[in-house]
Amino acid sequence: MNEQPTIRLAVPQGVLAGEVIEIKVMIQHPMESGYRRGTLGERIPRNIIKFFRCSQEGETIFEAEFHPGVAANPLLTFHMLAERSGILDFEWTDQTGLRWSKQAELSVT
Amino acid sequence: MRLLTLAGLWLASVGVAAQGNEGSVISPKEQPVSGYRFLTPETRALQDDAFANPGYLWVAAGAKAYQTSHGSGSCVSCHGERGMVGVASRYPRFDEEAQTLLNLEGRINACRTKHQELSALAYESEELLALSSYVAEQSRGLRTQVNVSAEAAPWLEAGEAYFFQRRGQLNLACHQCHDQSWGKMLRGDRLSQGQPNAFPAYRLEWQSLGSLHRRLQNCETGVRAEPQALGSRAYLELELYLVWRSQGLALESPGVRR
Repeated sequence: MNEQPTIRLAVPQGVLAGEVIEIKVMIQHPMESGYRRGTLGERIPRNIIKFFRCSQEGETIFEAEFHPGVAANPLLTFHMLAERSGILDFEWTDQTGLRWSKQAELSVT
Repeated sequence: MRLLTLAGLWLASVGVAAQGNEGSVISPKEQPVSGYRFLTPETRALQDDAFANPGYLWVAAGAKAYQTSHGSGSCVSCHGERGMVGVASRYPRFDEEAQTLLNLEGRINACRTKHQELSALAYESEELLALSSYVAEQSRGLRTQVNVSAEAAPWLEAGEAYFFQRRGQLNLACHQCHDQSWGKMLRGDRLSQGQPNAFPAYRLEWQSLGSLHRRLQNCETGVRAEPQALGSRAYLELELYLVWRSQGLALESPGVRR
């Protein structure tokens, strides 16, 4: 599972300074709750993402904590106040501390 | 699976558009209705939103795999960018060379072994799902048109027989729910026509994308029958019948189903 899962980002283009923009992110992940059993009755171990953070050059813009009740392939939609251009960094951390990240450029005019 | 509780089926008396005159149901072959019409507005919205639709995770992975060179070339080196438009809508089809019916998954694997000198991908593996959904997505909105003449005819006939054959402990044929009773309630769900046009589709129950054959296995488990193997001859025949029966419907892959 060290391989980078598919991550999809939607960051709007042509943003004006001071505008509130909507950002959407999705990551491919089973979010296995740990409460289910397989066809042979064996317990399926928990495998979830615990934490998500979106930051712009070190400054946290949005963060979220995940729990076992979150569905697979979690989609997040959040808003931010666009003040300056820069690289947005999206990072997910799973229960074992494994991290996956992807960047997107935000250009504000 | 909720399909197990068939008491609901016999008790159901609520009819919708399916019910024409008393006791007669419009044939799905004459008037195919996509499973989309049986979804809640929320699930429809999920399918329609090209970002929120989780099936596009597999499409994106498929686009990557399509570009990946394996020494013997990548898919794109022969087929070009978006060279798969209108392909998925013609499958399954009879392959002269292999002398067998191939569905989209089978075609991809045939291409891998014959032209790319690669091994065939396991049915329902993530990579095959990614490639098949990527190819199918390019036919999104196109109407299916399968050739059922000549060599494909016996396959269609066998598929039809399978559809009408009662099976499992519940002794039910596909036909009884999806031809005779579509539109009625089966406990909390409305019975669809069992159309295949959304597959490979993201099922909320699976929390994953899956092939039509996986869905067929679920149906059979639902009537407590022994499911056939993924990619088996029986399912290929049934797939051809289902696609022929759905002709006129637009492909929706990656669809979202409950």
